[in-house]
Amino acid sequence: MRKGGAWWAWLTFAIGATYFLVPLIATLEFSMRQRNNPVFSLFGQGYSFGVFNNVFGDPRFQQTFTYSVLAAIFTILLGVLIVVPTAYWVRLRMPYLRPVIEFVTLLPLVIPAIVIVFGYIRMYGSNSMLPFLGTTGGTNVLLVIGYAVLSLPYMYRAVDTGLRTVDVPTLTEAAQILGAGWTTIIARVILPNVLIAVLSGAFLTFAIVIGEFTMASLLNRPAFGPYMQNLGANRAYEPAALAIIAFALTWGCMAMIQFLSRYAPRSANRPN
Amino acid sequence: MTEQTNVATMATPAVSKTRLPTQWLGVTPFFLFAVLFLVLPTMYLIIGAFQNSDGQFTLANIRQLFLDPSIRASYWVSIKISFWSAVLGALVGLAIALAIVRGGLPNWVRSATMTFSGVASNFAGVPLAFAFISTLGRLGLVTIILRDVFGLNLYTTGFNLLSSYGLILVYLYFQIPLMVVIITPALDGLRKEWGEAAATLGATPWQFWRMVLIPVLWPSFLGTVILLFANAFGAIATAYAFTGSSLNIVPILLYAQIRGDVLNDPHLGYALAFGMIFITGVANTFYIWFRTRSERWLK
Amino acid sequence: MAAPFLSIQHVKKSFGDNTVVQDFNLDVEPGEFVSFLGPSGCGKTTVLRMVAGFEEPTAGKIFIAGKDVTNLKPNQRNIGMVFQAYALFPNLTVAQNIAFGLKVAGASKADQDKRVAEMLNIIKLPQLGDRYPYQLSGGQQQRVALARALAPSPKLLLLDEPLSALDAKVRVSLRDEIRSIQKRLGITTIFVTHDQEEALSISDRIVVMYGGVAEQVATPFEIYNRPSTKFVANFVGTLNVLEGTVVDPALGKVRVNNDEIAVKHSLNGAKRGDAVSLALRPEAMALGDYSGHDTELHGKITDVHFLGSVIRVRVNLGAETIALDTFNNSRTPPPTIGDSTKVTFASNDVLVLH
Repeated sequence: MRKGGAWWAWLTFAIGATYFLVPLIATLEFSMRQRNNPVFSLFGQGYSFGVFNNVFGDPRFQQTFTYSVLAAIFTILLGVLIVVPTAYWVRLRMPYLRPVIEFVTLLPLVIPAIVIVFGYIRMYGSNSMLPFLGTTGGTNVLLVIGYAVLSLPYMYRAVDTGLRTVDVPTLTEAAQILGAGWTTIIARVILPNVLIAVLSGAFLTFAIVIGEFTMASLLNRPAFGPYMQNLGANRAYEPAALAIIAFALTWGCMAMIQFLSRYAPRSANRPN
Repeated sequence: MTEQTNVATMATPAVSKTRLPTQWLGVTPFFLFAVLFLVLPTMYLIIGAFQNSDGQFTLANIRQLFLDPSIRASYWVSIKISFWSAVLGALVGLAIALAIVRGGLPNWVRSATMTFSGVASNFAGVPLAFAFISTLGRLGLVTIILRDVFGLNLYTTGFNLLSSYGLILVYLYFQIPLMVVIITPALDGLRKEWGEAAATLGATPWQFWRMVLIPVLWPSFLGTVILLFANAFGAIATAYAFTGSSLNIVPILLYAQIRGDVLNDPHLGYALAFGMIFITGVANTFYIWFRTRSERWLK
Repeated sequence: MAAPFLSIQHVKKSFGDNTVVQDFNLDVEPGEFVSFLGPSGCGKTTVLRMVAGFEEPTAGKIFIAGKDVTNLKPNQRNIGMVFQAYALFPNLTVAQNIAFGLKVAGASKADQDKRVAEMLNIIKLPQLGDRYPYQLSGGQQQRVALARALAPSPKLLLLDEPLSALDAKVRVSLRDEIRSIQKRLGITTIFVTHDQEEALSISDRIVVMYGGVAEQVATPFEIYNRPSTKFVANFVGTLNVLEGTVVDPALGKVRVNNDEIAVKHSLNGAKRGDAVSLALRPEAMALGDYSGHDTELHGKITDVHFLGSVIRVRVNLGAETIALDTFNNSRTPPPTIGDSTKVTFASNDVLVLH
């Protein structure tokens, strides 16, 4: 192959880079437009970082952001609790169930979030058998459950890929010979071995949950997504700053995943 | 001796008796979770779509989807936006993936593209709308540069960001990278030797593409297009933050219905939701059918 | 002698500052089977890829059947090629794979079918036409790859380490099969390998390459018995190297440890007192007297390995330990470790390394 690359490849890359970088630059530029007290000027337009101060200083920003971070953490915990034992058990004892489990975990990619949350609202109202929506706490729980459903495809795939690099039966037998029970095996033998995979899934979940709008808005929870939407409808420059912050957050999560992947084992150390 | 017997009699029945139930006990939490929070809520809506307010079976709700001009239009707009953003996203994403895999570009280009694609494919929702308003809105940087530097006023040429075309342009921002993320491993799986073998057998590059590369790539390509379609079809946050409820697409209509703004008929809402599941479901079924039927060579 | 079918003339290949092939020359007769043998990175694959047309020579010319193909694209050269990793098209059946070259050339469906059936018979897989590559074993896949390469009746067959990915047993049987098919069809063949046993067993001639240079071009017999360079001697087969001191250059007398031996081959102008490296194949030596062996060394047995048909014995001669092979004979007990012994060989078999 030619050194330095083919012209069509460079052209494609350049067009792609333009489409993807221009909005980021434009958003940053937009967020920094400020006529009062500019820090610097370019082409007669004054710029400052004032709007970022406004955003970070807004108590509603702090509240909603904290709320969403907490929701993300609980979502991750719930996801790990459901996915890790299941994926482990299926690999160990019920491999014939794998297609079924895989199909179920892919369903959230087919059924839109808005449909799922609509179902919740109708099924788990205050007069139903499981009245999640009767109390604020219950609604918070239902939101976390909904987020766990949304992140199911990513979490399951990450963990299952992680398990593929571990010799599950041998590890389990070794632990059993040493007298470990199921909880010990999962928490202290399997989980550490798939920790990097779980963390990758966790950061992806975090990136999805932190700015999620549909579920939080329809369940009337004070999350970051609805806050951003609300701000967008009422302010001029703050939304652009929020977009930059959200992009940086997503970038941070992906960078963590990439960083972690360097430490992931490539394949199982199994004889033959 | 007696001790050993004791141990054996205690241990054996415990194992054999509980064997079958524990097997299934291991996956019970998962299935309970999936049934309660994924399957049942969906079924509830699907069944509700075929009932009237007295709980009797009816097709009236479904018929209403076709009869109500605004609902019909919303489906049409949604399908159009999802289809074009999926197809364009897939084609452009494929071109970029081909460039980084087969274009002989330096390594940093590939890793930068892959990292960025991972980020951008997850950069959707409300902030994405803000980013494009800051770029191509009436006061956006690109709009201003075009106006002041090139003397081109976008908004007098009929361009409107808050339209279906605008939304397609915005959706491409996560559709293209998603395609890149999914299709790059598939392209990596194409062996350089296939092209060389074809060349020594006298094939032109086009013959090689037509007879080998395209058939090999086609299942992954089509599968990703369908995933992108579903991805766009269910998306609401970007469109809502963009245009409020002024853009008539199905998720926004359903959103408004759930909030109680319009329609005033919960069963019509169920029908709306059913329609969404039906369309993404049909797309996926078609894909599975296609894959099993024509791709016997896939393991 | 007939005109060479393939002629590689003063070919050189550089990637940037890195020259991987320098001034390579080779003429291959019609129907000849020539192996390129060498360690990885020696340039053998690069030469093959230049013949195929995947790489363009930095300098020099390549002729096939008298025609200059140096600047021709691979798909205009009428060659067949088999790759290490099989490279079958996964979306096509075995039959479709074999028919590929005929199809792109525009052959009729009937001609394609006829030729495919013929090729399937040649590779002895007549039942597998409808299978997909993933349903075949590695050995079967490589046979199909061979059939695919041969189906359009190319004038030249290029084999790029075709056996390296296979199991040891399959490797040997497919090796023999490739050779017999090649002889039957009389097709001129270039075979690239890093496995000396493969090259020795299959080739009419071998080109031993090292560092982008053809070290020696000769028949397997000559390569093994008369290696012209130290590299060839070391790379092909097992070799015992003895460091000696020249005693009498005119008579070829060399002192090795406490023994003095006569060497028949030229000492390359070494003078009295010069150090010289001598080499001996393990199978050229025997423990004790043996017919035709006119030279002897003395040492002590340090190790005995039973390998089945042969027994490999290590003998310490003082400064160095040598390995020698004796045939297993059920009537004689194997040598004992610790015994003093006499090692004999023919002075004619002693190689002088350059």
